[in-house]
Amino acid sequence: MASLLSQAFKNAKNENRPALLTYTVAGDNTKKKSLEILKSISNYADICELGFPHNTPIADGGQIQTSAYRAIKNGIKINDVFSIANDFKKSNKTKPIILMGYYNMIFQYNENKFLDKCKKVKVDGLIVVDLPYPENKKFATKCKKRGINFIQLVSPTTSSIRLKKIIKDSHDMVYYISMLSTTGGKLKVSPKKILERYSKIKNHNKSKNVVIGFGITEKTIKSLKKADGLVVGSAICKEISNSIKKRQNPVTNVTNIVKRLKNKIK
Amino acid sequence: MKLKKRIPLIDQHDQHGFWGGKFGGSFIPETLKKPVEDLTNEFKKLRKDKKFLKKRDFYFKNYIGTPTSFVKLDNLTNHLGGAQIWAKVVSEANGGAHKIYNATVHALICKAMGKKYIVGDTGAGYAGKMLSMAAKKFGLKCKIFMGAKDIKRQKPNCDAMKKNGAEIVPVYSGSQTLVDAVSECMRYWVSNCDNTHMCVGSTVGPNIFVKICGWSTAQISRELKVQLKSEFKKIPNKIKLINCVGGGSSAYGFWSEFIDYDRKQIELIGVEAGGPKKSKLHAAPLSQNAKIGILHGAASYLCQNSEGQINDTESISAGLDYPGVSPIHCFLKDTKRARYTYATDEDALNAHVMVTKYENLNPSLEPSHAFAEAIKIAPKLSKDTIIIVNSCGDAKKDRDILRERLGKR
Repeated sequence: MASLLSQAFKNAKNENRPALLTYTVAGDNTKKKSLEILKSISNYADICELGFPHNTPIADGGQIQTSAYRAIKNGIKINDVFSIANDFKKSNKTKPIILMGYYNMIFQYNENKFLDKCKKVKVDGLIVVDLPYPENKKFATKCKKRGINFIQLVSPTTSSIRLKKIIKDSHDMVYYISMLSTTGGKLKVSPKKILERYSKIKNHNKSKNVVIGFGITEKTIKSLKKADGLVVGSAICKEISNSIKKRQNPVTNVTNIVKRLKNKIK
Repeated sequence: MKLKKRIPLIDQHDQHGFWGGKFGGSFIPETLKKPVEDLTNEFKKLRKDKKFLKKRDFYFKNYIGTPTSFVKLDNLTNHLGGAQIWAKVVSEANGGAHKIYNATVHALICKAMGKKYIVGDTGAGYAGKMLSMAAKKFGLKCKIFMGAKDIKRQKPNCDAMKKNGAEIVPVYSGSQTLVDAVSECMRYWVSNCDNTHMCVGSTVGPNIFVKICGWSTAQISRELKVQLKSEFKKIPNKIKLINCVGGGSSAYGFWSEFIDYDRKQIELIGVEAGGPKKSKLHAAPLSQNAKIGILHGAASYLCQNSEGQINDTESISAGLDYPGVSPIHCFLKDTKRARYTYATDEDALNAHVMVTKYENLNPSLEPSHAFAEAIKIAPKLSKDTIIIVNSCGDAKKDRDILRERLGKR
């Protein structure tokens, strides 16, 4: 049976558009609110990424850092992340959810225990920012055994030999980092160039779903709609920050932004 | 877990970069894989390149001013009774601390790789100051990442960085100290790795940075070995090498030539930052039995909570105020080759007062932690025991803290 992730990509393809992937931080700004946000945006997003926040996120820019610090300050624990994912999956059985974070959190929880828990709450995929290939091979195998997609990352600095190996060992989805940047950077490479590299990756194996992330906002999303999927994270986290600042409801505001993003790629 | 003889400790890691199978590694985002691999290959090549080694030795001698002196602290020895206390006065090096070795080597590597920009992190400001000096010397553009709290408490070094033409980027996230500076510096490198070289200020970070830094500071123990032989005709039978440990770059440099010796002959003692006496916070992952965790691309003993969030640390000494520690020190701890302990802020201050009272030496708050241990154990030891403290930094940078804590002096 195809994974929910593959299914989500297929559904989007049938509608002749890329899949929309959102990233929010679990517990931002509270446990309850982050679940509400997740449920609400899932009406428009095809795949939801949920970050488990770490207080030393070396690959994240200001917006996601702010969200992560806010969530940690509000007391989010890794078990809360699982309970948010669990509640979400109970209410929305077919919507794929990907957990994303840094390896130390998994290491402290215990790899096997962490993955068993993921399986139990029906997490569909995992992205571990600081566990690159080939060091992640064992971990990826453990994921596969439990029916969890381990999502490999590739970037503009990934050599072609390396790319070939990574694609070969990847599962259903590959994440292409659009440029040399932390999350939330301004798109400093032309969409044309990004799509050229995207095609190179795609040509290695057409059956892999390749998504593009980093620097994608309402302004830039349309220019990249040829991709299998597009990830928006910082723009959403920024909206949560703004809503809190303006004392507005983040659920409504974030939902509106995701709705607009979706309309741009239809 | 076992140490190998006649192989530098920096090279005793496995193919994935782990010492003792579990310390170190390279936990880095995909984007940094290529630049780290390039740097690894370049360093492998350069360290065997006779021309490069000649260049290094030239600058070590004529720019850094090696060898730094090795002196007996007669007054302190007489005052304490017991073991002889000696100091390796590494603070005589150009710039006033051991950080100049790593900075110079990184600048040379940066040049060799044809990159024009160099970035680095700093806590006490010495790593930043030295990198700015080396950048100026070799015509590189330099950015230094520094926690906002550290910028305030180590002003003299910040002034020096600016004078050398470096840009100081203040870091306001988290605890606003070294840990955040390193994170922000790595983020900058992720975004600019195509034209920028990164220098990690200590023997921490992804495997290759541990190696380059250790390779650079090892100069200290090469000198000491020669100096010991000329002073005592041979390597004495009872030596204790005491060094402060934050990231652990000066300690590794001070010890590297002596690791093969039996620990009964040469004991290696690392002193971490115990923090304020009445505070639970510290920066002493080795001596306070912290669990292994991953920070800034490497696995090491780490001050963290049960979830894996990095703990706040606290120390009067900005240079030791770091929650992690070098993987090679974790390896030395687990193989029992080195012993690790800590000194509190108060211990370090008292040691600073005592050393400056009896000797013509002005150790910064970092090596004052090492002196605190020396002062503690010397009276209990025999007169033929040689305690050597690495006085690896000068207290000029601590002017404001010392004035505040000790009154006008």
